[in-house]
Amino acid sequence: MPGLLNEAELAALAEARDRGLRSIEGLPPFGFGAPADADRIAQWDIDIGPDGEGLPAGRGSVERGEALYRNQCVQCHGSRGEGADYEALAGRTPGDRFEFADHRSHPITVGSYWPYATTLYDYIHRAMPQAAPGTLPPDDVYALTAFVLHLNGILEPGDQLDRESLPRIVMPARDRFVRDDRRGGPEVR
Amino acid sequence: MQGRFPSEVGTRSAFETPERLVSRPDYSSSSRTPLHYLQGIVTPADLHFERHHAGVPNIDPERWELLIHGFVERPMTFRLADLKRFPAESRLRFLECSGNGGTAYQNRGRRGDMSPQDMDGLTSTSEWTGVPLKLLFREVGARPEATWFLAEGMDAAVMTRSIPMEKAWDDAIIAYAQNGEPLRPEQGYPARLFLPGWEGNSSVKWIRRLELSDRPFMTREETSKYTDPLPGGKARMFSFGMDAKSLLTFPTWPARLDGPGWWEIRGIAWTGRGRITRVEISTDGGRSWEDAELQEPVLPKCHVRFRKLWNWDGRRATLMSRATDETGYVQPTREELHAARGSYTRYHFNQIRPWRVEPDGQVFFAG
Ligand code: HEC
Repeated sequence: MPGLLNEAELAALAEARDRGLRSIEGLPPFGFGAPADADRIAQWDIDIGPDGEGLPAGRGSVERGEALYRNQCVQCHGSRGEGADYEALAGRTPGDRFEFADHRSHPITVGSYWPYATTLYDYIHRAMPQAAPGTLPPDDVYALTAFVLHLNGILEPGDQLDRESLPRIVMPARDRFVRDDRRGGPEVR
Repeated sequence: MQGRFPSEVGTRSAFETPERLVSRPDYSSSSRTPLHYLQGIVTPADLHFERHHAGVPNIDPERWELLIHGFVERPMTFRLADLKRFPAESRLRFLECSGNGGTAYQNRGRRGDMSPQDMDGLTSTSEWTGVPLKLLFREVGARPEATWFLAEGMDAAVMTRSIPMEKAWDDAIIAYAQNGEPLRPEQGYPARLFLPGWEGNSSVKWIRRLELSDRPFMTREETSKYTDPLPGGKARMFSFGMDAKSLLTFPTWPARLDGPGWWEIRGIAWTGRGRITRVEISTDGGRSWEDAELQEPVLPKCHVRFRKLWNWDGRRATLMSRATDETGYVQPTREELHAARGSYTRYHFNQIRPWRVEPDGQVFFAG
């Protein structure tokens, strides 16, 4: 997974931390703010990690997802996820080619571009449906995630998702992402 | 005739009507700063560009709080009053959306009737005031194993980005003021993350939560969006830094020069990697270049105003600006950037912008 630090990066981070702390070492510990209460943390800590961390109990099938999708998503994303009032959610490129830098016509979608299926759960729960974000219960989010993955040819009819199976899905574009190698200097990257 | 009495809140002259350019009246949308209208480097707060993904929330500062948890010794919440009690820091810094300039990148000479606002209005400069994030992270006892933190907003989409901890130990702040007054709602009222020199989206607005971790979170905004397809079947992710860029604000479309003679070529330059060290101007389509004057102050990670007097002979001319920063990076041409990133990469468009002055004085975008 891009973003896990190698040894050189960890050393650089340790140095940055020392430098940062040294720059404020003359300042007293202030003690402003309050201990966070557990309810507040539980209420706000909704993120789902690429390893599945944070996924709740619950489950949902492609079929149930389809029914929910017809009611709550079609108008904006199209009946097969082809896009309607808003962006497309489904589509693959021939042979899962990843030539988006060279071809404007290749659709950038969950199936062609997203590296992690967990992101779909996180985002649908956090931000969709657009008019009532954050209201879908876990069973619905699993079901909708399953259906959107089905629209992208990643799950079959009858498939179900839960906190075990979702993080195991390997998305077609998973290994396409690299860390930023731009550092300034004369070379254009 | 007598003038008006003093007033509680000033307004612009009735003869001045600058406007942001709203791309679409919608929740996920943007509005652009009228760059051609502005002088100097500071963007008036009400003309600062906007880009948000789920509308501008209305947040009561009394009920707002910032939660910091995860890889910390003491999970804590901070009210706005707590934040303001910490030693503060004010810095003039630019903020640019990494999608800025996309139309220019793919234009290939098709349209000339585009202004700097149309193409590049998603950049602004303000004086940002806030509390250094390293102070807050010291308060909560950030653990040394923390390598990333999640920044989460309070907008309807609960916008999230993963940020390398290195930035927190360097120059990140939680900002609560802009040009001397509390943030505008469009810029994240009552508080936002502000990451100097980094792509706008990562400076999460309406901030409510920071969660420290030992890996990135792979949110939608750092996978589906804000990643840069490259030639060779890859895409760059976590491409935070904004490379050096300059653009002309005059003469540019829709301006028309009303005759040959002396004109001052004007523009702004900036880089996310420190200071701009040089801006060159060409009036012959890039064949020859001369240094522009950089107007003080030349601040790091901030718009810099540049100027160059030009004696126009009345013939067709192509004007360009080219910035160099302290790392030795030179703003590339569109062809160079297309070669490095492909024609349809999605963010970070800092190529040189050319402008053609016709014999009748009309100026067109020529990129
Ligand atoms: C009223 C319109 C609307 C409805 C209804 C809606 N969406 Fe969306 N959706 C949007 C918009 C607008 C965006 C893009 C938001 C942005 O720009 O950040 C989006 C983005 C998404 C994305 C991310 C796409 C990408 O490639 O990044 C997913 C996934 C998604 N919606 C799923 C759903 C699901 C599932 C539902 C039904 C529960 C739903 N949406 C209902 C408007 C809608």
